[in-house]
Amino acid sequence: MKLFDTLWAFFTSVKLAIFTLCSLAVTSIVGTIIPQGKPYSFYIDNYGAKTAQFFHILSIPDMYSSWWFLGLLGLLSTNLIICSIDRLPAVLRIITADNLAMSTERIQKMVFCRKWQVPSDHPGLAGLPELLRKAGWNTTVRREDRNELYFGQKHRWSRIGVYIVHLSILVIFVGAIIGHFLGFKGSVMIPELRSTEQAYAAKDSSPIALGFEIRCDSFTVDFYDNGMPKDYKSSLTILEKDRVLLQKDIEVNNPLTYRGITFYQASYEAYRDFILSITDKATGQSKRFVLPFQQQTTWDDQNLQFGVINTEAMGQRAVRSKIWFKLGENPATVVWLADNTSTSISSGGKEYTLTAKQMYATGLQVAKDPGVWLVYIGCGLMMIGLYMAFFLTHKRIWLYKHVDATGVTLYLSGSTNKNKPAFARLFSRLERLVDQALTN
Amino acid sequence: MDSSQLLGITTFTYMFSTLLYVAVLVFKASKLGSVATVFTAMAWLIQTAGIALRWVESYQMGIGHAPLTNMYESVVFFAWTIIALYLFIEWKFKIRIIGAFATPFAFLAMAYASFSGEIGKEISPLVPALQSNWLIAHVVTCFIGYAAFAVAAALGIMYVIKNKSENESRETIAGTLPPLPVLDDLIHKTMVFGFIWLSAGIITGAIWANSAWGTYWSWDPKETWSLITWFFYAITLHARYTRGWAGMRIAFLAIFGFVSVLFTYYGVNFLLSGLHSYGSS
Ligand code: HEM
Repeated sequence: MKLFDTLWAFFTSVKLAIFTLCSLAVTSIVGTIIPQGKPYSFYIDNYGAKTAQFFHILSIPDMYSSWWFLGLLGLLSTNLIICSIDRLPAVLRIITADNLAMSTERIQKMVFCRKWQVPSDHPGLAGLPELLRKAGWNTTVRREDRNELYFGQKHRWSRIGVYIVHLSILVIFVGAIIGHFLGFKGSVMIPELRSTEQAYAAKDSSPIALGFEIRCDSFTVDFYDNGMPKDYKSSLTILEKDRVLLQKDIEVNNPLTYRGITFYQASYEAYRDFILSITDKATGQSKRFVLPFQQQTTWDDQNLQFGVINTEAMGQRAVRSKIWFKLGENPATVVWLADNTSTSISSGGKEYTLTAKQMYATGLQVAKDPGVWLVYIGCGLMMIGLYMAFFLTHKRIWLYKHVDATGVTLYLSGSTNKNKPAFARLFSRLERLVDQALTN
Repeated sequence: MDSSQLLGITTFTYMFSTLLYVAVLVFKASKLGSVATVFTAMAWLIQTAGIALRWVESYQMGIGHAPLTNMYESVVFFAWTIIALYLFIEWKFKIRIIGAFATPFAFLAMAYASFSGEIGKEISPLVPALQSNWLIAHVVTCFIGYAAFAVAAALGIMYVIKNKSENESRETIAGTLPPLPVLDDLIHKTMVFGFIWLSAGIITGAIWANSAWGTYWSWDPKETWSLITWFFYAITLHARYTRGWAGMRIAFLAIFGFVSVLFTYYGVNFLLSGLHSYGSS
């Protein structure tokens, strides 16, 4: 058992905690200076072959998931767990202690203590507990012979604030571990009107089956006047066996989640193809076509031929397109149409609405993280714990009335676990209350 | 009157505040003290108006957003928070002379924001990733934390000066500084306050990242440095609570901690090749 005791003592020490936290802080710097996750050749080119080899051995290129960094985190966790197990019982004992069982000698020797001597028939004595209650202290009482001991306390549970903070760190770690093993991170590009049933892992681009189908119905980019992107928006549909289960427009900061898998708007790709929607105004019949640039397409039911014959582009972005449109043997119509706007065309006595837009693929970040809720709970616990640890103090007061032949000796005592100056002010207010009661 | 004029004026009024407080300190002209306070409070109100006006102007430009979204705006907010916090401490603890050490931080921040060629001052529209309320929460919480650490560092400097002069038992400007135990207590209080806000800042940042990219933590240099800073203050708090560190040691840690804050905030953008695009514009 000697080894066990030694180990236990090692892991309960706060020195170890300070050492581990220092090591984490210092080693974390390395990964902010040496670029992470680059191919091996990058390190050879930038640091030389020897150093690159050395980096490789120490997993520097991926240091935040290296054995030694995770080892430090493990050490921190073990330290936290054992330290808490070691200390918590004593803290719980203080929290749940029967403070009325406290010996009267100890009460009389507290740092905050004040003594009064009055005749036993003093009229102010009877009202003292009520006075304390009015000052915000609900007291309990113990009577022995003719002596009385009153006790009141506040925020005793704040003593576990520190432990909640420590627990919160472990909860966050558990959440992160769950996310790591049961979740995945990936991405996928879906061209408009197409769908996919898989994403590609961020780590090695291996395919990940989603278990359902996701379709991109449309993708649009809005720009500010100065050309900066303002909004990326994808309309997505979730399908299973051609049955529509869910539809949502997503934007950056507003993802879609289905069966624990979340799709985030991340990027896009512009094609030279176009999507043309044609509606027959009389019948309401409508259809969408993918038009490769400068290729003729037909809608046989309506006897239509059409195509995009020219575009005006800003970089990758088509601003306007020139549409060629022909119904049967009627003369062809040619219009310039701003991207993603509609126009009406009449030909041969029929009227059509046309909308042309450049075709895009939406780039989605795909993530499944069943641990994220634990991480968030951990974060919440941490804030609650920090608040309790720093802003609430466990304050206790005792009022002891000792009766003997000479009269009544009254003791008012108090203790606090932190912030003595504030407690001193509070205590002197109580003293004054008692003073007043006993002089009137 | 537009916001940039108001904020430009603020730079000079904060400089003047600094001079007033330094005069109080150097010439022991305690009568000047209330003048310095009133003046600083007015300068702060002007800055508040400037920030509010900038907000309104962004709406007039049709790209309305809170003025907290680029380096310039964040530095201005940083200065604003330092002064707010300082004035609060002065009011709460009735110690005026801290101003001689705290207002220079605000002045330097404003001067840097106004005159540095590195940072653009124009109101620019938000790229999609930045259009999030979590971003606002993230910036506000982080900068309240940073400002608290700035004030803690100012107090740390005061502590070191005071301690030196007591050792040499000479009558110097340190005579006007508050007693060492008071400074020690204030350093601790501001660090605790900063630690809570920094924690909230890291958490809101993680939530924002998760809502935008599906990763709450990606170890990019900015995130990592904020964590290093957080570790630093956690270590300091443990050293104090469990090993009884106080006085000069904690004063030095308060100063070094702020160096780490500055590196997180400024150094990472300009010295390391980060991905945190926000802030480098
Ligand atoms: C990042 C990690 C950690 C954080 C954020 C953290 C946070 C805190 C905070 C906020 C306090 C508050 C002190 C107070 O108000 O009384 C505290 C106290 C303490 N911490 Fe930690 N802590 C961490 C790691 C650890 C570890 C690894 C240990 C392991 C031994 C540890 C042991 C203690 C002890 C013994 C106290 C004093 C408790 C008391 O006053 O009764 N901490 N910690």
